Amino acid sequence: MMKLKTILATTALATLMASPALAQQISVKAGVLNDRSGLYADLSGEGSVIAARLAVEDFKAAEKGIKVEIVSADHQNKPDVGSTIARQWYDQDGVDLILDVPTSSVALAVSQITKEKNKIHINSGAAASDLTGKACTPNTIHWTYDTYALAQGTGGAMVKAGGDSWFFLTADYAFGHALERDATEVITKNGGKVLGAVRTPFPGTDFSSFLLQAQASKAKVIGLANAGGDTINSIKQAGEFGIVAGGQKLAGLLVFASDVHALGLQTAQGLVLTEAFYWDTNDQTRAWSERFAKLNNGKKPTMVQAGVYSGLLHYLKAVEAAKSKDTATVMAKMKEMPTDDPLFGKGTVRVDGRKMHDMYLFEVKKPSESKGPWDYYKQLAVLPADKAFRPLSESECPLVKK
Amino acid sequence: MADVLSVEAPAGAIALAETSRSTERLHRAIFIGLAAVLLVAPYLAYPVFVMKVMCFALFALAFNLLLGYGGLLSFGHAAYFGMSSYVCAYVAKNWGLTPELAILSGVLVSAVLGLAFGALAIRRQGIYFAMITLALAQMVFFFSLQAPKFTGGEDGIQAVPRGKLFGLIDLTGDRALYYVVAVIFMAGLLLIYRIIHSPFGQVCKAIRDNEPRAISLGYRANQYKLAVFVLSASLAGLAGATKAIVFQLASLTDVHWSMSGEVVLMTLVGGLGTVFGPIVGALVIVSMQNYLASLGAWVTVVQGVIFVVCVLLFREGIVGVIAKKIGRPL
Repeated sequence: MMKLKTILATTALATLMASPALAQQISVKAGVLNDRSGLYADLSGEGSVIAARLAVEDFKAAEKGIKVEIVSADHQNKPDVGSTIARQWYDQDGVDLILDVPTSSVALAVSQITKEKNKIHINSGAAASDLTGKACTPNTIHWTYDTYALAQGTGGAMVKAGGDSWFFLTADYAFGHALERDATEVITKNGGKVLGAVRTPFPGTDFSSFLLQAQASKAKVIGLANAGGDTINSIKQAGEFGIVAGGQKLAGLLVFASDVHALGLQTAQGLVLTEAFYWDTNDQTRAWSERFAKLNNGKKPTMVQAGVYSGLLHYLKAVEAAKSKDTATVMAKMKEMPTDDPLFGKGTVRVDGRKMHDMYLFEVKKPSESKGPWDYYKQLAVLPADKAFRPLSESECPLVKK
Repeated sequence: MADVLSVEAPAGAIALAETSRSTERLHRAIFIGLAAVLLVAPYLAYPVFVMKVMCFALFALAFNLLLGYGGLLSFGHAAYFGMSSYVCAYVAKNWGLTPELAILSGVLVSAVLGLAFGALAIRRQGIYFAMITLALAQMVFFFSLQAPKFTGGEDGIQAVPRGKLFGLIDLTGDRALYYVVAVIFMAGLLLIYRIIHSPFGQVCKAIRDNEPRAISLGYRANQYKLAVFVLSASLAGLAGATKAIVFQLASLTDVHWSMSGEVVLMTLVGGLGTVFGPIVGALVIVSMQNYLASLGAWVTVVQGVIFVVCVLLFREGIVGVIAKKIGRPL
């Protein structure tokens, strides 16, 4: 009898002692959904998964009683493939948040599903400013950049730097038109002039006649309102025509460090572009990028990959603070707590889901100025967060109370 | 003449009737088996995935009706699939139509599109026919790209409501929607089966095998070709519209030429000119896309390897090989 009591007492004691630890143990499953085989595999892809792993490592999740598991998949830039994976992750695999998701059509689809299933989506890869505009949801945070910020950065800052007459090469589809329209608005607002624009078929391979028109326009800046392969092709051909050497500047409205890497400095030199993150900004970004590159075959991170790191880190901090992974609580915490990480510095998450941080205007270095591999950019200007992103007063997001 | 025939016919005719009857029994068994599988599938596999397979299977079935039984290789079937999915998504979202009406309007538009495109394309044969259909489908793609007011450009039409069937049954849950899609799929399959085995289908096969002879027998080959083209386009439209409701989106992927290529791939892998082949083909291809998604770039490589293997080892496709083994058409 005595023995039984002891056993019972010990068990009870043990349970008591164990229970706080058990209660604190939160396990989180994060899904990195991006393009791993196509156009955007270099700027997101496996690198984003590495970035997510680094976030878990730096957060020291295990010590804080949070178990984090990371899964990844390829959405092949197809909205139906992406939405099937997202649904399956939420419904069956117990995924709590989806990260990255480049390609606007897939991002918008995933954002809708996330709202329906009441989970969390932190987007880093997509450009569509609609994610925090018309199509905003209480469950989505748009982390790294958007078309509005790109137009503000490249358009506005270029005009201030003296590039006050523009000619656009616009990919002939809605995304290209939107980029051109947004940039034109910014340019004229800042006192610049748009001399003309030419619509190029999408997707295009031969840009020579359009580039000649742009050259003949004598505009100081040739704006490339296109993306992906179109951008690469037009920059290459502009190099062949000696457009930059002739004194005109090329401004890419959607160019990533990985594109510049693919083009090489010889071709890309003189290109002006806007990014949210560059690895060689300060000691912290350099140290982190060094670690990242070791895991990623020597390739430095793009802003999209940096955004995945920063977004997941903030999410984990919010889970720690909320002591729960309940969607509404965590979202509220994420919007309430200021963000702070080595890559983007201090920032906030706005009520419409827009992450606020500075954007940078860069110019691609000449080969003679570059000191080594991946030394690509020199900084022209810093765009403060409140100038870079669409102000709440102009927002079409229903979450913003006016 | 007639007497001679009636004397000689019985032995052969009886044997023929016997095999066709047993084939019919086999097909009936397969239909029942398929229905049973569909009934329990949502409890075994992820319902949205099974719905996706059914949508693509119906699309491949529609394509197979044209290629396998009409002998017409269309390389632009994505146009009907995608356009119907856009129309369905648009009317469901902006006009607030119930899903069955939205799907119906999608089918209607793809039928009209099929009539217009088919009337042009059947004037030529072989590779020229394929090229005309491809060119027309590319026009549809560019229309979809350039008309963002209607199609949403490259963002597509998002957040399409699943709505209430007949205004009564709520389809927001996956399970309810699943059975609706299963019914649509089975109905499409049975319709195609019926078409293939009707006198109309026999004439189509005759035209496929030898058009001049069919014409010399007094059949108006072009009318038959046009009819089978329109039927195929409408059924592809049915698949596209259903897909729009399932995924709640319609996007450029559905009208892109690679979608036309994918449906050819499904049909060839499954078995061209077999009734059930496209279903197997769709299952194989969609499963690969889905379950190999975590392999990244390897998905497309694996897909390519499987296609090469299929073409080299069993040209009749998976079901075609099985049908050959058991000596019965499937």
